[in-house]
Amino acid sequence: MTISAHAGDIDRRLLMDRSVTGRKAFTLPDSDVPEQNLPDSSFLRDDVELPEVSQLEVIRYFSVLSQLNFSIDTNFYPLGSCTMKYNPKINDELSNLPGLADIHPLQPDETVQGAIRLLKNLQDDLGEITGLPGVSLAPLAGAQGEYAGLLIARAYHNARNDSVRTVAIIPDSAHGTNPASAAMAGLDVVTVRSDDQGNVDVVNLRELANENTAVFMLTIPSTLGLFEPNILELTKIIHDVGGLVYADGANLNALLGLVKLGDLGVDICHSNLHKTFSTPHGGGGPGSGPVMVTDELAKFLPKPVAEKTDDGYVLATPEMSVGSINGFHGSFSIAVRAYAYIKALGLEGLQSVSENAIISANYIQAKLRDKYDLAADRYCMHETVLSAARQKKRGVAGLDIAKRLLDFGIHAPTMYFPMIVDEALMVEPTESESKETLDHFIAVMRQIDDEVDSAPELVHEAPHDLPVTRLDEATAARKPVLRWTAD
Amino acid sequence: MASSANTSVNHPYIPSTDSERAEMLEVIGVDSLDGLLGDIPIEHRHPKLDIDAGLSEQELSTVFGSIAAENASSSSGYISFLGAGSYSHYIPSTVRSILQRGEFVTAYTPYQPEAAQGTLQVGFEFQTIICQLTGMEVANAGMYDGPTAFAEACLMAARVTKRTKIGVLSTADRRLPDTLLAYSKYQGIEIVEISTDATEIPDDLACIGIQSPNFFGEIEDIERLTNLAHENGALSVVHVNPTALGMFKAPGEFDVDIVTAEGQPLGVPMAFGGPYVGLFACKKAHIRQMPGRIIGRTTDTKGRAGYVLTLQTREQHIRRERATSNICTSTQLIGLMVTVYTATLGKQGIKDLASLCYQKAHYAASEINGLAGFSVESLGSGGTFFHEFVVTCPESVSKINAALLDKKIIGGLDISDRLDNGMLVCVTETSSKADIDKFVQALSQIGASA
Repeated sequence: MTISAHAGDIDRRLLMDRSVTGRKAFTLPDSDVPEQNLPDSSFLRDDVELPEVSQLEVIRYFSVLSQLNFSIDTNFYPLGSCTMKYNPKINDELSNLPGLADIHPLQPDETVQGAIRLLKNLQDDLGEITGLPGVSLAPLAGAQGEYAGLLIARAYHNARNDSVRTVAIIPDSAHGTNPASAAMAGLDVVTVRSDDQGNVDVVNLRELANENTAVFMLTIPSTLGLFEPNILELTKIIHDVGGLVYADGANLNALLGLVKLGDLGVDICHSNLHKTFSTPHGGGGPGSGPVMVTDELAKFLPKPVAEKTDDGYVLATPEMSVGSINGFHGSFSIAVRAYAYIKALGLEGLQSVSENAIISANYIQAKLRDKYDLAADRYCMHETVLSAARQKKRGVAGLDIAKRLLDFGIHAPTMYFPMIVDEALMVEPTESESKETLDHFIAVMRQIDDEVDSAPELVHEAPHDLPVTRLDEATAARKPVLRWTAD
Repeated sequence: MASSANTSVNHPYIPSTDSERAEMLEVIGVDSLDGLLGDIPIEHRHPKLDIDAGLSEQELSTVFGSIAAENASSSSGYISFLGAGSYSHYIPSTVRSILQRGEFVTAYTPYQPEAAQGTLQVGFEFQTIICQLTGMEVANAGMYDGPTAFAEACLMAARVTKRTKIGVLSTADRRLPDTLLAYSKYQGIEIVEISTDATEIPDDLACIGIQSPNFFGEIEDIERLTNLAHENGALSVVHVNPTALGMFKAPGEFDVDIVTAEGQPLGVPMAFGGPYVGLFACKKAHIRQMPGRIIGRTTDTKGRAGYVLTLQTREQHIRRERATSNICTSTQLIGLMVTVYTATLGKQGIKDLASLCYQKAHYAASEINGLAGFSVESLGSGGTFFHEFVVTCPESVSKINAALLDKKIIGGLDISDRLDNGMLVCVTETSSKADIDKFVQALSQIGASA
């Protein structure tokens, strides 16, 4: 974090408040064609009220704003389920190569053979990693990947004249996009309980699964950072009633080269390239959420799918495709970055990613378990869910602990999620962080636990040293101010 | 595959050394990584994977350099007249420069606002700029792309009006109703086509979806169609090209309810189709039905201004299956590019840019219209176009485009599925007069031999 000594005093005026009539940051070339008639003035507008600022002011304004952010480049960011790993710089450079950044999505296939070949190779690698060989890179983020997966499940059942299947079974620990995507796909959401070990309650699943079950959506590893020990039984229960198993791949970073989802009875999954495959989060996107399916389901994939033919590479529409879920071919320059990441790591590197992610998470868990409760008292995968229930009893909430971490230049863990854990603090260190960083985090977490008793106000009022203190979110929602206005 | 964690490969992206791993495993209390994997069925652990060995950064550069070189682009000497939803525009140095800031690029969604004021303030600027451009009251912080923004707008209109039939103008890019179909097919929504000169519409429409400039580049009569919608209790959803808003009346002037757009023309590389950003603005009365992230201004405990994600009770992480949309990770970084781009162009630049595009496209149209066998068609409501237009060619567009490609010209889009021998041509400020003349001359030669 690079905040000036007087972070609270920086000039945060908006662009329109900096605007001075006649100033400019850019000049367009003069027209080099003979002057053409303008349309009738009834079509034309007056000025567009955009700011008038100098070029330096543009650069300085946005540069200073950037310094108000935590980021992976500047901070440890143990945000559970978000996989805030290092985003290799070479990947950004490669995606900006003119032959990749400046090609139009509707160019004839023969003029973009390199681009389509890259997509095909990435499809193949993702199919290999997940054990689900049918791949479409079209979805623009994880939630779109989920939705595409559900469309595929529905299309599959419909193609078998099995249209009574209108239920999605979703664990109570699931991410909110799961039920939201299911609702978009016209499915009724039925919640399956977790048992006291944090696993899906097998008995409950067996009660819920029936001839109406379209799909069972399971995050693997779960949002508790746990691998379902009964996974083979769970997938069998669903298959026995004719349903499909959808794996939310948000946590795929734990599984690279360790296990293939397709081997476990999963029929459909998505992966967030902006998590496991290191593409930058960008402050909330762009992402990419490829959907992977079994061979049997490949004909339903959203378009396009890159294919190799005798005449070269083509963008094809699968035979019974669920259609277009967005404008063009997905997040191409995100796919470029993800492919570069896979190529840089290779097989052994990918395995090492998951191995180190798992070891780091368990190390943190082992070092904090005497001070913080665990959501589940067993080895975790790539993330550990702590509970601040003990601290809450002593007067300090999980939220306060999360905010206090910011004072130490450490981003907060994911808070209050999964919802089934009281005062949850979900910590995902990723393989990118060194042991020194983990030890520092552990020391800070232990110090904050001390502060709960020794200096509770320090924790309650945190953060202290950031550009702003806690913000009034209630008023923001009650009286929304969503844009600059002249007054 | 043997995989003892104590001998895990060392890689520049992974700092832990063998001895550190051993030390951590000892603290955890297991001998090796496999001690932590007990929950994974043993028969499926460590599967064989057909993935190549890793490359050094230098090798990576070489491999990707050759992939990029296989593609035809301006850098390899091609000129192009493709538009239809993705546009070639000059991107100012300021955009690329700010896009190098790792503090923006490698941050997460701003769930901890105290640690994300940069991202949040940029988002607030973005919302402001989208409102100023479109003439609308409120905007969200961005959707995935133009077509998904349009689809979400139509679904929002259905929620607002509690109606299930959505009209889309016949002159719209088919990507818009296609994406809407994929978004709505299990929500009991019916999509109907509305003619651009319709004087009556079904009285149970949720909205009329209007693209203007339409797929053929022409300006639609937004005012008339919006009034028609309102007379029938429907909303008006207008999908615009943001570059055209530097010149043509903003939809906000016509009482439009929801405005969407593909944000790509505002400083975002074409990049073979993405990532882009969908622009989404509406009347203030409808904000609680809006999808996507919204950033609001508030104050901190010391009374200082700051920004937060707001109205989150619409969203999936709170509302789950009753959310206004399933969207989560969106396109904040592309929104940053749009914000820096529009701030750089400023009040004068956006006008100059629209004018340049208009002048060059009209010059190209008049030159092509003068060629034997070629004619520029009017397919929309008024015949006024911005920077795209339709040409009827003397023979199939696929043949013409193949001949153009031999001359390193990527011709306009073949739209013969919508008009016999129809080509949709786009000209922006990135085409010089010499480029246009080369294109016209090539068409003339190809036409003469047809």
